[in-house]
Amino acid sequence: MESAEYRSSLIELVYQLADDDFILSYRGSEWLGLAPHIEEDVAFSSISQDLMGHAALYYSLLEELGEGDADELTHARSPEKFRNAVLMELPNGPGSYLEEPNYDWAFTVVRNYFYTLAKKVRLHSIKEHSYETLQQIVQKISIEMSYHLMHWETWFDQLMNSTPEARRRMTEAIDVVLKEMKGVFSYGDDGEKIVHLSLIESEEILTRRWKAILSEKVDHPLEIEMSSLNGRNGKHTDHLERALSTLSEVYQSVPSAEW
Amino acid sequence: MTTRKKVLEKLEFVKDPEIPSVSVVDLGIIYDVKVDGGSVEVEAMPTFSGCPALDIIKRDIKNAIETIEGITSVEVKYIREPIWTTARVTDRGRVQLKEYGIAPPEEKVGSEWRVPCPYCDSIYTTMDNIFGPAACRSILYCKSCKNPFEAMKPVAI
Repeated sequence: MESAEYRSSLIELVYQLADDDFILSYRGSEWLGLAPHIEEDVAFSSISQDLMGHAALYYSLLEELGEGDADELTHARSPEKFRNAVLMELPNGPGSYLEEPNYDWAFTVVRNYFYTLAKKVRLHSIKEHSYETLQQIVQKISIEMSYHLMHWETWFDQLMNSTPEARRRMTEAIDVVLKEMKGVFSYGDDGEKIVHLSLIESEEILTRRWKAILSEKVDHPLEIEMSSLNGRNGKHTDHLERALSTLSEVYQSVPSAEW
Repeated sequence: MTTRKKVLEKLEFVKDPEIPSVSVVDLGIIYDVKVDGGSVEVEAMPTFSGCPALDIIKRDIKNAIETIEGITSVEVKYIREPIWTTARVTDRGRVQLKEYGIAPPEEKVGSEWRVPCPYCDSIYTTMDNIFGPAACRSILYCKSCKNPFEAMKPVAI
């Protein structure tokens, strides 16, 4: 490891990558049994499981970097220490998993497709130049992610070219996702260091690549914003706190239990 | 018989709980076995990163090796590099997968993914769902014998 600054910037970036996958995996798992059809239930839960695996790989690196036990990082960390973009923590729609889950499939498809494409762009940049162990992890994740991208792209294309109602709901969802998409590309207040130390390329370069791929498919202005908070700085909506309290309920009840 | 050979023999009996017909050796997830006196270190390769069987396989490998006389310590670790691909499944593993009803991975990966039915060998099959009941499997359908079947999801770098 080169310097203390390099180490802290690397840790910062890995938290961002880990927490994005972790929280989106949780949101995905809330769809179990509620997806539009049974094949999608199988596919979506498999994708969520993969995402959890990706998060676990990143957390294992954080363990090695001295950040503590992965179970504690995921279940006992307070919300302001999470570095996921706000887009990941937004609920799937009105209602809750147990009561009247009127979840929004259009929003889910757009969030997952736009995020997975951004993830592809991010991981590609890390593969080109970054910390070696992180590059090895990213190599493995990329293989599995290609199936996810294919899946969400298929849904996106089909719904965009389906009925006028589907098109309208998809367009509304695109607007909602674009309003938080800038937060996905942000590296937070310490982002300049992360880029300066060549751990990943700049926010602007990655955003441009993402837009270039998407603009061939979407006939819609791709102005991205960060309308609420910057999750990379530990600022989150109340949705994150509720999600964390649900997902850590069992762990918190008996923290010493063997899994 | 060398200790290393004894270890490898034991590993022939360790199975992935989600594919109980194939040993971890034939799945190609054992990368290296290092023996130093009574201590053994096994380097294994994870198939899919979110596979819930990973910890179980690790435990089963450890338990199996510990039954060998003279072994004092066993360490099993998952390595990050090189990456496991479906090309690592052995010929015997491919036969055993098929016997279990899972079409073995195809050599060729890409748009031309032709998967013969494990029951009737027909190539008139369709992909129903690239995602299946386990991270490493897809769901297909045979138009000839009208059976749904599973296939190992191709993984290539």
